[in-house]
Parts: sequence; C-alpha cells; structure tokens
Amino acid sequence: MAGDNRPLKVKIENVVKKFATRRGEMVALNGVSLDIKENEFVSVVGPSGCGKSTLLNIIAGLAEPTEGHVYVDGQEVTEPGPDRGVVFQQYALFPWLTVEDNVKFGLSLKGVKDKEAKKLVEKYLKMVDLEGFAKSYPKELSGGMKQRVAIARAYAVNPKVLLMDEPFGALDAQTRTQLQSELLVTWEKEQKTCFFITHDVEEAVILSQRVVIMSARPGRIKEIVDIDIPYPRDQETKLTSEFLKYKNHIWEQVYREYLEVRK
Amino acid sequence: MSVQKRNKPNFIDLIPNPVWMIISLVTAFLLWTLISVSEKGGVVFATPWEVVEKLIAKGSDGTLWPHIGFSLFRVITGFLIGFVVSIPVAFLMGWYQPIRNVLEPWIQFIRNIPPLAYIPLIIVGAGVGEQAKVIVIFIASFLVMVVTIYQGVLNVDTTLIKAARVLGAKDRNIFIRVVIPASTPFILTGARLGLSSALTTLVAAELTGASKGLGMMIQKASGYYDMATVLLGIFIIGIIGISMEKFVQFLERRLTGWQETIGR
Ligand SMILES: Nc1ncnc2c1ncn2[C@@H]1O[C@H](COP(=O)(O)OP(=O)(O)OP(=O)(O)O)[C@@H](O)[C@H]1O
Ligand SMILES: [Mg+2]
Repeated sequence: MAGDNRPLKVKIENVVKKFATRRGEMVALNGVSLDIKENEFVSVVGPSGCGKSTLLNIIAGLAEPTEGHVYVDGQEVTEPGPDRGVVFQQYALFPWLTVEDNVKFGLSLKGVKDKEAKKLVEKYLKMVDLEGFAKSYPKELSGGMKQRVAIARAYAVNPKVLLMDEPFGALDAQTRTQLQSELLVTWEKEQKTCFFITHDVEEAVILSQRVVIMSARPGRIKEIVDIDIPYPRDQETKLTSEFLKYKNHIWEQVYREYLEVRK
Repeated sequence: MSVQKRNKPNFIDLIPNPVWMIISLVTAFLLWTLISVSEKGGVVFATPWEVVEKLIAKGSDGTLWPHIGFSLFRVITGFLIGFVVSIPVAFLMGWYQPIRNVLEPWIQFIRNIPPLAYIPLIIVGAGVGEQAKVIVIFIASFLVMVVTIYQGVLNVDTTLIKAARVLGAKDRNIFIRVVIPASTPFILTGARLGLSSALTTLVAAELTGASKGLGMMIQKASGYYDMATVLLGIFIIGIIGISMEKFVQFLERRLTGWQETIGR
C-alpha cells in the first residue's frame, strides 16, 4: 500500500519449488517474491494447481523451497513453528480431543501453565462464539463450527502470521459469508499478518488489503492488486462500485489464467 | 393431495433384542436336541442334558478347572506378549520405510501359513512344555496384530500431523499425542483379531501334547468317543471367545467413541 511504513513481516525471496515426479521434474513455483508487512491481510488467488498451497507450505515450514528463501521477522524459515499458525481447508481437528483440548493443544506444547491456558481457551472460544461447545467432540460439530475451532486453535498460540489455505472452501455459501464477517471483525480487533488462499475472488477482495494473482504452469505472481477500500468492511461493502471494480478486474485475470491452464 | 406414509412398526420390529436372544437360544437348543436324539446325529452330538451332566460332574470333582485355567493362561500370555511386541514393531514399520520393506513381505508370508504347519519346528526348538504352546500362540496373534496396527499407523491422516507440527509439536510429541491416539481404533481392532487368532491357535498348540488344557480335553475325550466332553470343551472355548470379544468391544466404546460413524 502506498505510504505504508509498517515493518516487514514476511519476506519471500525468489522461491522456486520443483517436484520430482514419474514424468520428470515438475516446476510448481518459478521464482516467487513477495513482501508482506506487519498486520497486512494478503490473499492469493489463481487457478487450481498454480502452487498456492505449495507456497503456503513453504512459509509454514512444512515444505522446503528448492531455491530461494523465506524470512519471518528477518529469521529464515527452516521448520514449522508456533510463530506461524495454519488453518487448513480440511479443518484438521484432532477427533479424539474435545473442542477445548483442541484449542489447548498448542498451548500445552508451548509450556503455558494450565490455569492460564484455560483462560486463553475460554477467550478464543468466545471469540469464535463457541463457548457452549467446549466439551463437545469434533464429530458433533458442523463444518462451519469445526473451522471456527480451528481458527481459535490457531489464534490461541498467538502466532505472528496466520496462514490460511482455503479455510472456507468446504463450507456452504451462507456459512462462508458468516465466517468471512467474523474473520474481518477478529482481524480488526486482534491484528495479525494474514496470508489467505482462496478460489473465491469476492472473498479475496472483501478481506484483503492486497490480492496476489498467480499464474499457472509454472506458478508465478502475475499481478498484485491493492484494495483501497477502508475498513471496517462488511457484507454491504460487496455492493459498492469500488468493490465490484476490483472484483471484476481480478476475476477477469484469474479467468484468463484458467483458460491458459485449460489449453 | 399428499399421501403421508405412516411408518407403522410391524410385529417383528417390536421385539426387543434380549427377546431375540432368547428366541435364538431356544431355536438352537431345539435343533440340537432334535439332532442328538436322531439316529445319525446322535453319534456326533451328545444330548444337551448329557453335556450339562458332564459339566456338573467335571465341575464338582474339580477336573474341569485346570483345563480351563491352563488354556486361559496360554491364550492370555501368548496374546499379551504378542500385543506388547506388535505395537512397537508396527510403529517402526509405519514410521521407517526400510524396516517396512524388509519385514512386511515376511510377515505377510508367515501370516498365511497355518500354525499347525510350523508347530514341529517349535517343538524341536522349545520342547513340549508350556513354552512351546505360548510361543505358537504368540506368533499367530503377533502376526495378525502387527499387520492391522501397522495399517493404522500408515493411515494416520497426514494433515493431523501437519496441524500438530505447525502448533509446535516435535517428533516425540507427534508420536505420543497424534500417532498413538489416531491409531487406537486399529490397535483395538488388532487386539480383537489377535485374541481370536490366539484362541484358534490354542487347540492346535495343545495338540503338541499337554496334560491339561481344553484342546487336550477335547482331544482325549474324542479318543473314547466321549462326545459330551467334546461338546462341553467346544462350548467353553466358544464362551471364552465371545467374552474376550465383548471385553474388547467394551474398550472400543470407551476409547474410540470420538470416531465419526456412519449411520446409526
Ligand atoms: N508432493 C508433491 N509431489 C509432486 N507434485 C506436487 C506435490 N505437491 C504439489 N504438487 C504439484 O504442484 C502443483 C501445485 O500444487 P498446489 O497444491 O500448490 O496447487 P494449488 O494452487 O494449491 O491448487 P488448488 O487450488 O487446487 O489447491 C500441482 O501441479 C501439483 O500437482
Ligand atoms: Mg491448494
């Protein structure tokens, strides 16, 4: 964003990722560089297979780049750590733990005392509006509720960066808009650096300060769009002409990429 | 006009499960009685009252209990050793590719050989004492359990492991807090299959010569055409089997209630 002097949080530097497959080498990411500022909300859109998840995994430390580096607060990323929280599309809750114990999982690993952990769990379950379900098991929750637990779990360890890989991808449209609004409120209240992957252009625009459009084969950044719509935003924002202008532009770019892939 | 289909429960749906149990028992009992009083069937099947008489006689003079005791001891010891060994082996196989590649073909190979075939090897190696029987039961139950549990370890959802790692879990935490609980259903299924194969192998193991044991009791009685004792032995083995099964099912309900289930 213009005139933005927030400190740099995540530096992605010339990241290349190649996979060895049976049909030879496959280049998933071909020189991706991106700077993300502190408390910035960045979304990534692009056709399926363009390397969005691969990039997220590399930032998370779950995968290693073939070339290039990722730095968080100037420190090179070499392995996963609680400074980078991840929310997965498939919720990834531990089914044998109650909602409360799921949220507590990262806290106990961090060595947070039981009493304090309990308070934090309460706080974050309240944040996602699930206080009443502390003792429930994941199988007793709907998809939207599961994803709320996963978000609470990621927030509880207080990461500097929140990485989300199509977190609302498996939800119905209504639940999805509801969780978008909740995420917006949460993000405005408790600011975090967010890296958010989605297929949904509208979702990207409503949430983000910047939208990164990726192109496929091999995965590269095609365009970065600053979304100069002031916060707080809500579902009404989706009706403004500004919003539609951004949405149409990005949608067109993504659609072109999609056609490229189809060729 | 809409037609509401009333789901009127019919007569069969109204019978509660315990009543079905009784119906099933009475039917079997009648069938058994019919067969045992018939000319041909009577040669094979003693009548129910003969079996009950045998039970009372052997129970009150104390000859039955050592048979049951020895058999139970062998089954449980063999099974427990198998269980304790199979868990680390299964985890090592699931965790480390080279170990898996070397062990798996052999486990699969031996698993398909009936224990009766390799009993002579064990007798030569370990004699005809308790040890040999426990070893046979151990091998049989170990093989079944290791295969089942290791499948479970392989099937642990990798997203759960990723989720744990990004929350700060290291290998040891992942093992204790993710892999073990995620594999519990398989461990319990393994235990159930292991117990059943331990029991199956028992009779074979006791054929290696034993002075006591249900398998031996059956074996000896058949030599005298004492069909009542044979049936009694078979029943007791069946009852032990079903009790062990029920016990593991109870554990499964207690320990794996968190699983998503289809229907119900
Ligand atoms: N472990 C792997 N081994 C081989 N190829 C892989 C691996 N992981 C990803 N790829 C390939 O890398 C490319 C990028 O995958 P990635 O999952 O990052 O795409 P994506 O943009 O997240 O797609 P989607 O929108 O469908 O989730 C794909 O072509 C995929 O087949
Ligand atoms: Mg993806």
